[in-house]
Amino acid sequence: MAKPHAGTPEPDPAIRVRALESILTEKGLIDPKALDALVETFETKIGPRNGAKVVAKAWVDAEYKKRLLADATAAIKELGFSGLQGEDMVVVENTPDVHNLIVCTLCSCYPWPTLGLPPVWYKAAPFRARAVSEPRSVMKEFGTELPETTEVRVWDTTAELRYLVLPERPPGTEKMTEEQLAALVTRDSMIGVTKAKAP
Amino acid sequence: MNGIHDLGGMHGLGPINPEQNEPVFHEDWEKRAFGLFAATFVFTGYTVDEFRHYIEKIPPAHYLEGSYYEHWLYSFEGALIKYGHITRDELDARIAQLQSGGH
Repeated sequence: MAKPHAGTPEPDPAIRVRALESILTEKGLIDPKALDALVETFETKIGPRNGAKVVAKAWVDAEYKKRLLADATAAIKELGFSGLQGEDMVVVENTPDVHNLIVCTLCSCYPWPTLGLPPVWYKAAPFRARAVSEPRSVMKEFGTELPETTEVRVWDTTAELRYLVLPERPPGTEKMTEEQLAALVTRDSMIGVTKAKAP
Repeated sequence: MNGIHDLGGMHGLGPINPEQNEPVFHEDWEKRAFGLFAATFVFTGYTVDEFRHYIEKIPPAHYLEGSYYEHWLYSFEGALIKYGHITRDELDARIAQLQSGGH
């Protein structure tokens, strides 16, 4: 394993990364340009806008929603989103009676194809510790207060299985187009710490 | 494996403090670390479970203090050394060289 250098501070992570990248490049094991391309893809192409399209389609197309809840991986792939860290997806639906929240208590598993890379708070200890024991107080920190009568379900993501919350369609959106609806679907609402935005 | 990574239900860790309008990456080195994730998977053939196993072996204090991509670094280093792609000495020497301003 990586030697922890007990008692001494670790070298600056920026230096550790440069050391690794330079050695691996010299050995011909990696191509720095491929790394550039991957980083750019995740900065510009893969993010919560993808998940928002899935949600908006489910809001306007009952047949799609049925497929999404029955086999999320396949239904999400219909829209072109699949791959690394999204190989097995489950979509959980919010209703007036049930609110879902996703977390990864053991690490930081997250559905990359639909939500992109996770925010720092999702990967940090406080959210991971508290989401399972006090989800309502966690949601309150995001400005979300649910009625006591709403059941809260917390889903602990694993390396193999990633969840996505299907938020409730906000009231007053009956005449909106799919594209307009997608703009109401935030990353946080698909993690379940908030609801979708009001129009 | 039980350990510090098993955070569910732990008390005393404080508020969540979500960052508003958070960028995908905060530092350039995080971008490189992210890129190495996919690149090293390709040629080492290690699994996500194995990747996590190295993270779960990080000493508890480092685990709680270190950032997410620092956790990944432990994992890359552990796996690359195990599979014989680099040696600890080689890596330490390169780190020392870079720390002293070498290229």
